[in-house]
Amino acid sequence: MSQEYTLSSTATADTSASAPLLQIRNLEVGFKTQRGFVPAVRGVDLTLHAGKTLAIVGESGSGKSTTAQAIINLLPGAGQVTGGQILFEGKDLTKLSSSAMQNVRGREIGYVPQDPMSNLNPVWNIGFQVEEAIKANGVAQGRAARTRTIEVLKEAGLRDAEDRLKQYPHQFSGGMRQRVLIGIGLSSRPKLLIADEPTSALDVTVQRTILDHLETLTRDFGTSVLFITHDLGLAVERAEQLVVMYKGRVVEAGPSAEILANPMHPYTQKLVAAAPSLASRRIQSARRPETTDHLDISSVGAADDRLIARADARESGTHQDLIRVSNVSKVYNIRKGGFKTDQLKAVDDVSFAIPKGTTMALVGESGSGKSTVAKLVLQLESVTSGSITFDDRDVAGLRGKELLNFRRRVQPVFQDPYGSLDPMYSVGNTIAEPLVAHGVGDRPSRQARVRELLDQVALPASTVNRYPNELSGGQRQRIAIARALALKPDVIVLDEAVSALDVLVQGQILNLITDLQAELGLTYLFITHDLAVVRLVADSVCVMQKGRIVESASTDDVFDNPRQAYTQKLLEAIPGAHFQFGR
Amino acid sequence: MPSNTVPSAGHYVADLDETPVAAVDQVDETQKARSTWSDAWDSMRKRPMFWISAVLILVIVAVAAFPGLFSHTDPARGCLLPNSNGAPEAGHIFGFTRQGCDVFARVVYGAQASLTVGLLATAIVTVVGLVIGALAGYYGGLLDSIVSRIGDIFFAIPTVLGAIVLMSVLPVREPWTVALVLAVFAWPQVARITRGAVLSARNADYVTASVALGVSRFRILVRHVVPNAITPVIVVATTSLGTFIVAEATLSFLGIGLPPSIMSWGNDIGQARVSVATAPMVLFYPAAALSLTVLSFLMLGDVVRDALDPKARARR
Amino acid sequence: MLWYIGRRLLQLIPVFFGATFLIYFMVFSLPGDPIAALFGDRPPAPGVIEAIREQYNLDEPFIVQYFLYIGGILTGDFGTTYSGRPVWDLLVQAFPITFRLAMLALAFEAIAGILVGLIAGLRKGRLFDASALVVSLLLISVPTFVLGFVLQYFLAVEFSLFRTTAGPGAPIQDLVLPALVLASVSFAYIVRLTRASVADNIGADFVRTATAKGLPRRRVVTVHVLRNSLIPVVTFLGVDVGNLMVGAIVTEGIFNINGVGGTVYQAVIRGEGPTVVSFVAVMVIVYMLANLLVDLLYALLDPRIRYAK
Repeated sequence: MSQEYTLSSTATADTSASAPLLQIRNLEVGFKTQRGFVPAVRGVDLTLHAGKTLAIVGESGSGKSTTAQAIINLLPGAGQVTGGQILFEGKDLTKLSSSAMQNVRGREIGYVPQDPMSNLNPVWNIGFQVEEAIKANGVAQGRAARTRTIEVLKEAGLRDAEDRLKQYPHQFSGGMRQRVLIGIGLSSRPKLLIADEPTSALDVTVQRTILDHLETLTRDFGTSVLFITHDLGLAVERAEQLVVMYKGRVVEAGPSAEILANPMHPYTQKLVAAAPSLASRRIQSARRPETTDHLDISSVGAADDRLIARADARESGTHQDLIRVSNVSKVYNIRKGGFKTDQLKAVDDVSFAIPKGTTMALVGESGSGKSTVAKLVLQLESVTSGSITFDDRDVAGLRGKELLNFRRRVQPVFQDPYGSLDPMYSVGNTIAEPLVAHGVGDRPSRQARVRELLDQVALPASTVNRYPNELSGGQRQRIAIARALALKPDVIVLDEAVSALDVLVQGQILNLITDLQAELGLTYLFITHDLAVVRLVADSVCVMQKGRIVESASTDDVFDNPRQAYTQKLLEAIPGAHFQFGR
Repeated sequence: MPSNTVPSAGHYVADLDETPVAAVDQVDETQKARSTWSDAWDSMRKRPMFWISAVLILVIVAVAAFPGLFSHTDPARGCLLPNSNGAPEAGHIFGFTRQGCDVFARVVYGAQASLTVGLLATAIVTVVGLVIGALAGYYGGLLDSIVSRIGDIFFAIPTVLGAIVLMSVLPVREPWTVALVLAVFAWPQVARITRGAVLSARNADYVTASVALGVSRFRILVRHVVPNAITPVIVVATTSLGTFIVAEATLSFLGIGLPPSIMSWGNDIGQARVSVATAPMVLFYPAAALSLTVLSFLMLGDVVRDALDPKARARR
Repeated sequence: MLWYIGRRLLQLIPVFFGATFLIYFMVFSLPGDPIAALFGDRPPAPGVIEAIREQYNLDEPFIVQYFLYIGGILTGDFGTTYSGRPVWDLLVQAFPITFRLAMLALAFEAIAGILVGLIAGLRKGRLFDASALVVSLLLISVPTFVLGFVLQYFLAVEFSLFRTTAGPGAPIQDLVLPALVLASVSFAYIVRLTRASVADNIGADFVRTATAKGLPRRRVVTVHVLRNSLIPVVTFLGVDVGNLMVGAIVTEGIFNINGVGGTVYQAVIRGEGPTVVSFVAVMVIVYMLANLLVDLLYALLDPRIRYAK
């Protein structure tokens, strides 16, 4: 696979002689806010040649989406281009009148947005929304427009397009909606397609199918593509050229393969080092008690040279299963029209065990039932059949004091760092809440414990008086972890705990939980959709599909020697799975 | 730099001095801590509309509480028929009504009834609606079904329409009965809004987290769910205070609200109607007082909503 | 869609019985003699009391009274007025007038309100928006009856632009001024609602995508922003029918229009309890039906509702 990229990087040299399709020079974009003018893009340069693909990579807040939106002037009300040029086939787009820009949009530059759920108008049917794009760009009118609509949708991979024209967005799955949006973006055969995180909201397998399809289409039509993505693996796999953005600036740009193999800017180096891939190894705790160096990102990932024989230590210890899940099923009754109810088997005969002090990862795509398992283990829902034991006691019948005791020893960290902390609660109160609920200690001792916990998750003590809305996603997730640690539990259930975070922050949190495990002897149930992350933290893996566990083995076995076709497909789908990232 | 290979011509690397790489995810300790409430207060006090409405409301409340401080004329006595619809004169700056009473004094003393009805009705509706809506939304199930269906029934009768019927058969007409009658038909609105807000707060991740942490169900309701669901209720309460005052005036105007023996703006407007052609100002003053009061509460409601609206906050 | 209509109708039944029961209960089971309460300080002629006792079956147990009353309503017998005329006869005469007035007011508040709200929402923070907000606040804070008096005095009495009171049969030109008065508060609410909703939707992802498709701005605004923004406005129209009814009582009273509202106004002023109760019961029923209609309109606008099972 890597040979492809060598090929494409040499191809760039040939085309550099021709005039570029898109050339951005010294672009400055800012937003007017109540706190004054905030620059978002600061002097960005990039060049894209006809028929080529370029990816802008960056974390949230890097200005990558703003750059893309500035090209066809889709900036929200408060945003404006304050300097520089955007040359498209030689004409400066920043100087165009609004009606001239309208002719560029759709017709010459297509756009595929990020979130398929919110980018189609819920009150108009699919056919209408595709057809209006076709008509507005003068591709076809009247009856021909309808025929073209069906064609466009079929091209985008909607096989039964004729029958689905009259359906509404809410009747489509996320993947289907994204196909519709890609169809709209390409409907007038634009010379350039801007794809702003086109598949970030989708499952990996769906993502791969859709990106493959997009690649075929743009190659056939000769469309240039500008990808915007946070995923380095995806960028390298899909684009010949890479532009890395950080805090509104371009920090590094060049051929993908070269940047991947030889990142020059320290930020790019960090990004490359943190990008989880199948080639990664499990993070080993490198914590030295007297320093906080462990939070430095350089210790993430392949650190082969620092492999400490912790795995051996784990293996030599006696395996006592702390949590045992045996033949557990969960059935929901779904109310349908009328008085009918449908039964949905969310979890189907699932069994696994987690030895004390280890991490088990539960992997699956959306709808696989993995989060339901988390709720069952946490006793937030009751099992329909089967049993869950904790410390050799069945947890199903726990009531009152026993349940409270169980909760004290099994704590959760949830996915959404924006949703799992009460916005009205200060950080101090949030972390102290489990202590209060379980009646642990008095006020001063709780305060001391809160400070200790903040230190453990490497946050300054002054954070106690802050509120969640002032903190970043990663900081919130560290607070959620501190809260989970407050009662010194034995088990922490991490439900997609790092999925919403930028890659560097994600690496930092993964390091943190690994260190905490080593230090406190914690047992983790790690639930995620992201196999690449699993390799960094898990000792064993269960792969779930449609409520069932399809494969269950040690992490190395699953990655090096997957036995089930579904697991193989999942592994294949990870963007940039097989690249050896330069470290 | 770990690299010793020379980058190709197309490989650009920014000058490190221009974009120093910050430590990952550091807490900015320079900003002061901000809770939702202090945030809301900060945004409110920057708005002139907040100060205008707040000062107006304070003045109106003071007038209603201590009318004697603002008018030396006793409006009930000293109504002299020779003064009927008389022009303003010294000591009687608003002139006289048809009955020869001092308009200024009547406007001052009328504030009490209007404000009592408004405040009382709002208080009842908010407390009842909040409790019922919160319990129904939080505990769900049968309780929710029953409460929602009963609410639907009351909701099907427009507030003032229901009040017209009930007031026309009620023997006791006092500010508190008017407030009670209005509240009887108005509580479902607050209950519905609370229920919706509680329902979405109940399903929030932080509630699930609290359950899993071992926090008791009732404590979660009181400490997490209600504080997060209270915003729309505050907004509705502020705005509906104004509409209750209008409703009372409408009822009094129809002659089934407060009796003529209790001074109220609604009554005065109704009575001034007959002589609107000859003495329009007699109608104007109580009407202006009424409108100004309602306007103050509406403006306050708007400011509060803007300050507490999470969408508006996010935009800031 | 059919399922949706069916379910809505089904839900209406308990509400119908509940609401009529509530009104009936309030009037006839409060402590004291309901007859005395209904007539206030003016005792009616002895014959009337007997007629009322018979009409409301006051000698039967309460629950029987209620069901006899409901039976009457369902067979078109809405009772008699204070003077002994069947309510139905009055209703047939008065309803078309009020309907005309309400439609005129509804048309005005909906068209003008949505238009002003749309422009204000598109120009959020500019002069037009600020003025629209101030005017709407003022309109809401001036009670309908005050505005009625003021407009009647200035436009009809002083400048003779309109007739002070509606002529017999209430021809449409005599209803223009009352309709404006009736619509004023709701107009202000619609402006505010549309404005907020437009300002919300203008930043929606699908609007940005529509722009990216190359659609002209006019089309983006009308097809994508406006239609979505109308959904909360339509919901408000349902509640608003109730406001219009109360407003009609006041407005028809002031302008002396012999519609349903005017009849209730006269009855309230004269203390004719039975007439008030009979007519208000009818108004509540109309209100419920109007809300059913609004729900259907809502489903037409929002396919997510239509297809929800």
